Amino acid sequence: MQVVTLPRLGTFDAWRDRARGLARAGVCDTAVTWQMEGDAVSLFGDTAPVSEPPLRDITVPKAFPALAKQLCASRAPGAFDLAYRLLVRLNDRPGLLSNRADPDVDRAEKIAKHIRRDMHKMKAFVRFREVTPQGANRRQFISWFEPDHRIEELIAPFFSRRFGDMDWIIVTPEVSTRFDGGTVSFEAVKTERMELSDETEELWRTYYANIFNPARLKVKAMQSEMPKKYWKNLPEAALIPGLIADAEARVHEMRKAAPTLPPLRAAKVLNRQNKDDN
Amino acid sequence: MARLTLQEKLALLSDAAKYDASCASSGTSKRHSADGKGLGSTEGSGICHAYAPDGRCISLLKILMTNFCIYDCAYCINRVSSNVARARFSVEEVVHLTTEFYRRNYIEGLFLSSGIIRSPDDTMADMVRIARELREVHHFRGYIHLKTIPDAAPELIEQAGLLADRLSMNIELPTDAGLKAYAPEKDADGIRQAMGDVRARKEELKTPTYRGRKAPKFAPAGQSTQLIVGADGASDRTILQSSTRLYGDYRLKRVYYSAFSPIPDSTAKLPLIKPPMVREHRLYQADWLMRFYGFDANEIAPDQGNGMLDLEVDPKLAWALANRHVFPVDVNRAGKDMLLRVPGFGTKSVGRILSARRSGALGWTDLRRLGAQVRKAQPFIVARDWRPGALTDAENLRARFAPPPEQLQLI
Ligand code: SF4
Repeated sequence: MQVVTLPRLGTFDAWRDRARGLARAGVCDTAVTWQMEGDAVSLFGDTAPVSEPPLRDITVPKAFPALAKQLCASRAPGAFDLAYRLLVRLNDRPGLLSNRADPDVDRAEKIAKHIRRDMHKMKAFVRFREVTPQGANRRQFISWFEPDHRIEELIAPFFSRRFGDMDWIIVTPEVSTRFDGGTVSFEAVKTERMELSDETEELWRTYYANIFNPARLKVKAMQSEMPKKYWKNLPEAALIPGLIADAEARVHEMRKAAPTLPPLRAAKVLNRQNKDDN
Repeated sequence: MARLTLQEKLALLSDAAKYDASCASSGTSKRHSADGKGLGSTEGSGICHAYAPDGRCISLLKILMTNFCIYDCAYCINRVSSNVARARFSVEEVVHLTTEFYRRNYIEGLFLSSGIIRSPDDTMADMVRIARELREVHHFRGYIHLKTIPDAAPELIEQAGLLADRLSMNIELPTDAGLKAYAPEKDADGIRQAMGDVRARKEELKTPTYRGRKAPKFAPAGQSTQLIVGADGASDRTILQSSTRLYGDYRLKRVYYSAFSPIPDSTAKLPLIKPPMVREHRLYQADWLMRFYGFDANEIAPDQGNGMLDLEVDPKLAWALANRHVFPVDVNRAGKDMLLRVPGFGTKSVGRILSARRSGALGWTDLRRLGAQVRKAQPFIVARDWRPGALTDAENLRARFAPPPEQLQLI
């Protein structure tokens, strides 16, 4: 059994280089185990020979690299092995990926779906706090986020496209992503959760509390989209229990308040328009 | 009147905006600010940055520029005859809130509507100024949705369309009679005319000039509207037929349905009975079937009966139950149109079935793996290892799906 250890940053590129070499040499998927550095799955270090003589060409369908990239970001047990198994199997069955009824394809698609969801939630729930020092010529923001998977490198282009005119740092427990003057860099460093806040959050909370319609309470729908594990980073989440608790009373108030008489101003304004029309 | 703080205004003017169901920020042209000169990006599908406890997605800063209004639409909290507290944002305030919220990743952009102050033209001109300031001064490349005022001058609507991703005009009442009764100052023909103009302008700009120069984008995410359900007597059939016309004649991107919701300070003119929320939900499902599954309004809400959707089972299942003669459908042979009509099969699972069955006949577990809801589909399909037998035509089939009748309550 050969063991390949992958780095925390540049995981996919490293996987691809090693996988290509192994597949070319015709190494069967059951003969390799893949692991992330620091995860001591195997007691042996990296034992697979790095370069193999190119024995045969490896070609893959267009959809495979993107799928493998997502598999390589996953913390699901066996995701790297699955990526390699698919690579090996694709050699005889190039159409394999379109068959969702195949258990390997199905598992890979499921993992990929989790990665996409994780990325989507990160795009949604990262919250920046301003930390611009006096005299800086670009505004500076910082955010703390805890993704489920190792998606920092996959997600960075999204934030670079979006927040081009400011500098920002997104810190996760394992990686810090820094966007400085237009260039992105990554650093694999362990960090503890940071408590951050910012003045604009008060306005955001005001908005959140008022855009909610108490007559239509649907707590389950809200929680399935915004699971509680994200709440601690969301400035608005602290309001949720109170909004839910008061909803019924507010609706009751509205119902009880019988139709009111229009203010005097109304008649005047309406009158004026009618005259205009005639 | 004491001067309101920004926070107080925000409270009033977001509260007033919540009756608009739309918060979509999808389907516009792709933009980004990676060049470092601007702020924002759009990438096809929008993002919900938060969910309110009412289960709704919060994707945009949805506010009114002002809730002063000279009109008197009965269903609206901002009508001139309502006693609600009034406020008005300045251009700078809206721009500030939009960009500062955006920088903190709270929102995808702005959805701005407004009560009508002074005149439709004045109001529309102020809204256009806000959009222009965002785009041209702040190089804001996020999403902008402007609720246009149908009576405003066509030049203003033209400018709005060049700055915004989406334009909308709310029809609110599904019938002209309803509009007359409840929104006396609004004019149904005027709204249709304005929607037609937007459609025409959009198409005009899509064709490149004869020199081949690309025309500027006009409301790339299209136009939408909202219908209030349950305020007038319109049946679901009437509502869906009017949506069909809106999608067809005016090429609308979306029609939103909003179950009439009790508003604070309501007028005596409106019925006080609230329509069941599930009605709104069924209308959205029906709308979905019309847009993506090839159904038409007359099939979903047929003539027989009162023209209302079944509240207990979803419209696709209701159609299948009423049309059992076309079932069961063989999942290994049937064409796409027919597969799409099977309850429990979505567009995604149908796509997967079509490609997976090329690798061999599909059975029960395959279907489950492909994401189909097999329990629901069971009576309506034939698969490699499954035949429904008499189940398809069973008398009690509906009862298997409909929720049990509510238990009697002791008083
Ligand atoms: S014109 Fe608009 S804001 Fe004014 S009362 Fe009618 S619906 Fe409300």
